[in-house]
Amino acid sequence: MSLTYILIFIVLALIPGKWLKGSGRQSFLLVLSVLALYWLQPALPIRGLDFYLPTFTLGLVILSWRLVTPTEQVPWRSQWRTLGILFVIPLLLAATRYLPWSLPLTASLPPPPLYALFLLLLLFAITIGVARWRQGLLFGIGLLLLFFVILKTPALTRLLAQALRELMAQDVSRATAADIRWLGFSFIAFRLIHTLRDRQMGRLPQASLAEYVTYVLFFPALTAGPIDRLERFLQDLRRPFNLQSADVLEASTRLSLGLLKKFVLADTLVLIALNDLNAWELRSSLWSWGVLYAYSWQIYWDFSGYTDIAIGLGRLFGIRLPENFNRPYQMPNLTQFWNNWHMTLTQWFRAYLFNPLTRSLRRRGLAATWIILLTQLSTMLLIGLWHGVTWNFALWGIWHGVGLFVHNRWSEWVRPRWQIAPRWQPWLNTAGAVLNFHYVTLGWVFFALSSPQAVWRVFSVLFGGAG
Amino acid sequence: MNAPLRPWAILVKASVLFLLLNLLFALSSPALGKFSLYNHLFPGRPRFPFGENILEAHNLSIGDLQALFAAHLLDGTPKAADELRVLVIGDSSIWGTLLRPEQTRSGQWNVAALTCDGKRLRFYNLGYPTLSLTKDLLILETAQRYQPDAVIWAVTLESFAADTQLSSPLLAANAEAVRGLIARYHLPLNEADLPRSTFWQRTLIGQRRALADWARLQLLGVIWAATGVDQVYPSRYPPAQRDFAEDVRFHGLEGPYLPPDALAWEVLRAGIQQVAPSKVILINEPILIASGKNSHLRYNFYYPRWAYDHYRALLAAFVTEHAIPYMDAWDWVDASQFTNSAIHLTPQAEARLAQALIPSILETICDSFAK
Repeated sequence: MSLTYILIFIVLALIPGKWLKGSGRQSFLLVLSVLALYWLQPALPIRGLDFYLPTFTLGLVILSWRLVTPTEQVPWRSQWRTLGILFVIPLLLAATRYLPWSLPLTASLPPPPLYALFLLLLLFAITIGVARWRQGLLFGIGLLLLFFVILKTPALTRLLAQALRELMAQDVSRATAADIRWLGFSFIAFRLIHTLRDRQMGRLPQASLAEYVTYVLFFPALTAGPIDRLERFLQDLRRPFNLQSADVLEASTRLSLGLLKKFVLADTLVLIALNDLNAWELRSSLWSWGVLYAYSWQIYWDFSGYTDIAIGLGRLFGIRLPENFNRPYQMPNLTQFWNNWHMTLTQWFRAYLFNPLTRSLRRRGLAATWIILLTQLSTMLLIGLWHGVTWNFALWGIWHGVGLFVHNRWSEWVRPRWQIAPRWQPWLNTAGAVLNFHYVTLGWVFFALSSPQAVWRVFSVLFGGAG
Repeated sequence: MNAPLRPWAILVKASVLFLLLNLLFALSSPALGKFSLYNHLFPGRPRFPFGENILEAHNLSIGDLQALFAAHLLDGTPKAADELRVLVIGDSSIWGTLLRPEQTRSGQWNVAALTCDGKRLRFYNLGYPTLSLTKDLLILETAQRYQPDAVIWAVTLESFAADTQLSSPLLAANAEAVRGLIARYHLPLNEADLPRSTFWQRTLIGQRRALADWARLQLLGVIWAATGVDQVYPSRYPPAQRDFAEDVRFHGLEGPYLPPDALAWEVLRAGIQQVAPSKVILINEPILIASGKNSHLRYNFYYPRWAYDHYRALLAAFVTEHAIPYMDAWDWVDASQFTNSAIHLTPQAEARLAQALIPSILETICDSFAK
């Protein structure tokens, strides 16, 4: 999200906060979220794809809503207004191609409205068809996971790009994984899987189509989270909201902090932070640590800055998005680091992978140590692979999985044997935080670089080897 | 009881404070450029900061002359008792486009460990990649505080062109200092070509770019210290042009001779006067002598033959008249040894040129100190 977009959203926030109440506010948020889906989507080299992907997102969201809503509670008639909005917006956007001037609402010239209508009707027909299927929920989760695998595996993304280029009669030889950048897919998919899985478990609250779409596509959290939960989001959405001074002050504080972190600190540190290019140029061991520290803080300020901006914007619209970062680098150990770094993501993985896997392994009678090793390794490995199916992200996940396991075993061993006097605790925490920060920071070497060879070189330089 | 929050009051107070801060900044005009982390926390740079691709070059172009010098190795190197300090000035060929610091001419001369009567010759690269003698003069003026024993001034015809003397962004950014030079040396340059600094430009808002550049330059010290890289070294680049249009014009002139006011001889004279009593050694830089289409009309992209030939004749006459040590290296380098421009050399050619120039440099400098 660029600075311009953020400023526009701040101005737009004043409309519902001051003048729109009740369903008017909900409709405003719905329309704005759908528009933002198209507006924020980056331009793509495959013709029309930067229009089709947001439309496909809409289709996925409607399908998921249908799957999480029991059949007897789906009075389509009561949702016609929302469906109308969801159909009309893409059609109107497509119709802007005939305007004599170009509107900055879509990344490039949209396809003809007839194409958009065909796609929307096709997606709606699929929704109706899948909803009749008994295994619909499983299909929905499987579909999202399939998209995840394709989009996060560069070789598969390239294959898909080749197929799409062929379909659009474009040069196939120029296909790359970067051809398919699907705005916000990761966070949208996390929210959709959360609702599909909770529906399977019978613990999902009922939401109207408008509420559901607004929850999944809520634009401040579209690109970088946080991953809210539906039941919490609905409380804020349904609560009457009148923008107060306290909201403005809180929002301004978070927005200022976020803008400072993202656009001043993080974007400046990019100049000296570790990357694939400078990894091969490093020669001073001491100053290479400076380059690595720069990356460590750049990635933190980038992520947490975006979160602050999302929380600030959300507050202006009356939505209190959950916190995502809570001074993670000050935490005395890796377990606490992960409880305070990208908190909503780790909570998601804990709820939908770590806990079920632990229960499953327990049922099989596996020893506790093995259960801890397997669950922590697999959870962190998957978090790593979520960033991309590459060796380096896998190694980054393993680095953290092993770290969590070692910390867990160490804590278990030391707790009955070593009683710390309270006055030493702050010193121990500080030492732990320094050690932990360096473990996490060394882990970023895997994350920042794209090849194990580059990682090896950087580690060699950092520890006084090849320069 | 807590007072009710009044966002507008906060906004107004913040605006007033911001306004006051701007006024204070404009009135005090702090010379921030003098403060540098280079030569203290980070090693000094062997050449001035310059670069257009900040992310890959780990370098940037800034206008603050004080900040340029403060980042330079020269600023952090006290002159040793046994040091003969030689400043090398010129354009991108001296700065070293596509050359690593140790491959530049100054770098090669330092590696050669030259001495005069037991005194070590230490060469400092003060080249800056724009073609203007006035820019060289400005750098020379600031460099005087570093007690040079000699100056090697590398020139080429393009840096003499009178009509573009003031077009370097470095000169625009240091307009007041340039005005001072024009007045002191009665240079026939049009002051109106230089921007006037307004009060608005001296405020925090007006100076935001300069402040951000200064901060970025300090930050880049980390990556400079870690890598020693200060420019992009592409494995492939567009080579210098060898074929030309049928065009014999040089800065709008068609020859066959350069009129007296076409070249900035007064600036060269001012530079020599400024450095005195230290010696100036003048080098006419090698140029690409192309053998492509229309090369009978032009030596290269920059120079039609008539203009360059006449310039060489004029320069030879000038150095004779002023008894300036001079080396005309214009045709010393084979055409195959130029890289992306008609004045940029390969590392091998630069090394050979540096070696070839050593005897004359030693003779001039050692002789002047023997006297």
